[in-house]
Amino acid sequence: MKVAIVLFPGTNCEQDTKYAFDLLGCDTEIIWHKQDEIKADLVVLPGGFSYGDYLRTAAIAKFSPAMRAVVAHAKNGGYVLGICNGFQMLLELGLLPGAMRRNENLSFVSKYHYLKVISNNNKFLSNLAVGEIVNIPLAHGEGNYYTDEATLKSLYEQDQVLLKYCDKNGNELNPNGSIDAIAGICDKSKKIFGLMPHPERACEKILGTDDGLKMLKGLVW
Amino acid sequence: MKAIINIALKNGVLDPAGKAVEHALGSLGFTGVSDVRIGKQIVLNLATDDKAKAREELTTMCEELLANTVIEDYEIVL
Repeated sequence: MKVAIVLFPGTNCEQDTKYAFDLLGCDTEIIWHKQDEIKADLVVLPGGFSYGDYLRTAAIAKFSPAMRAVVAHAKNGGYVLGICNGFQMLLELGLLPGAMRRNENLSFVSKYHYLKVISNNNKFLSNLAVGEIVNIPLAHGEGNYYTDEATLKSLYEQDQVLLKYCDKNGNELNPNGSIDAIAGICDKSKKIFGLMPHPERACEKILGTDDGLKMLKGLVW
Repeated sequence: MKAIINIALKNGVLDPAGKAVEHALGSLGFTGVSDVRIGKQIVLNLATDDKAKAREELTTMCEELLANTVIEDYEIVL
């Protein structure tokens, strides 16, 4: 299975992302953002600070040549995974609904956090059970997800809310003010996924948790 | 032609940075301050004398890049 990971100026998670998908046995490739053609089964937009978060986080990445290829890949029904800055890019592109705001307490949140699986009715979380709790690192200053009431209602109705922040018992625990403690969503077609936590940083038990590997496995065939 | 674009968070969108500044102003001793919202201003020069054309171009710039219209409003001042 071919996984393409797009590298923008300022991206810093591409190597960890490659490592994770290599561990899962994929044929991975890191693609420089100037390349305007992508042939892959899964395109990953990794975490980092693309374009220094200038103007707005992920605002400028959408004008890279590679993004045209990502949008084309998505239009053809290809899988896309946006992690952290990548999730922000998918929101800015309009491939996922809503927007990210600055964390409510204004602090950059950098810690392990429990997440609850809300829906596994999609390829991404197909290796996890509904209600399952995983431990995945967070590292973001703008993870405060927002969408209007009507869209939020629609997200629940269409089973697009995938992950929520919680404590180790599954009770809601919100680290950044995100609406309904939402940590990850998908689009209507259930082919485009976005999450703020970093599963690629939870791939080695010796480093604390390999829940991230268990999560990403769902996307791999 | 010089253009000024003011970008602000939409009403109803929480502004934590604005709240922080509000509290800081309170610490400075100003008691009557409320509803602090922080926006941004972009200033640029357009190579045209046609105000209507300029406004049209600037609107596209705002819609496509300068503002995130999901959570921000923009105002063009020519």
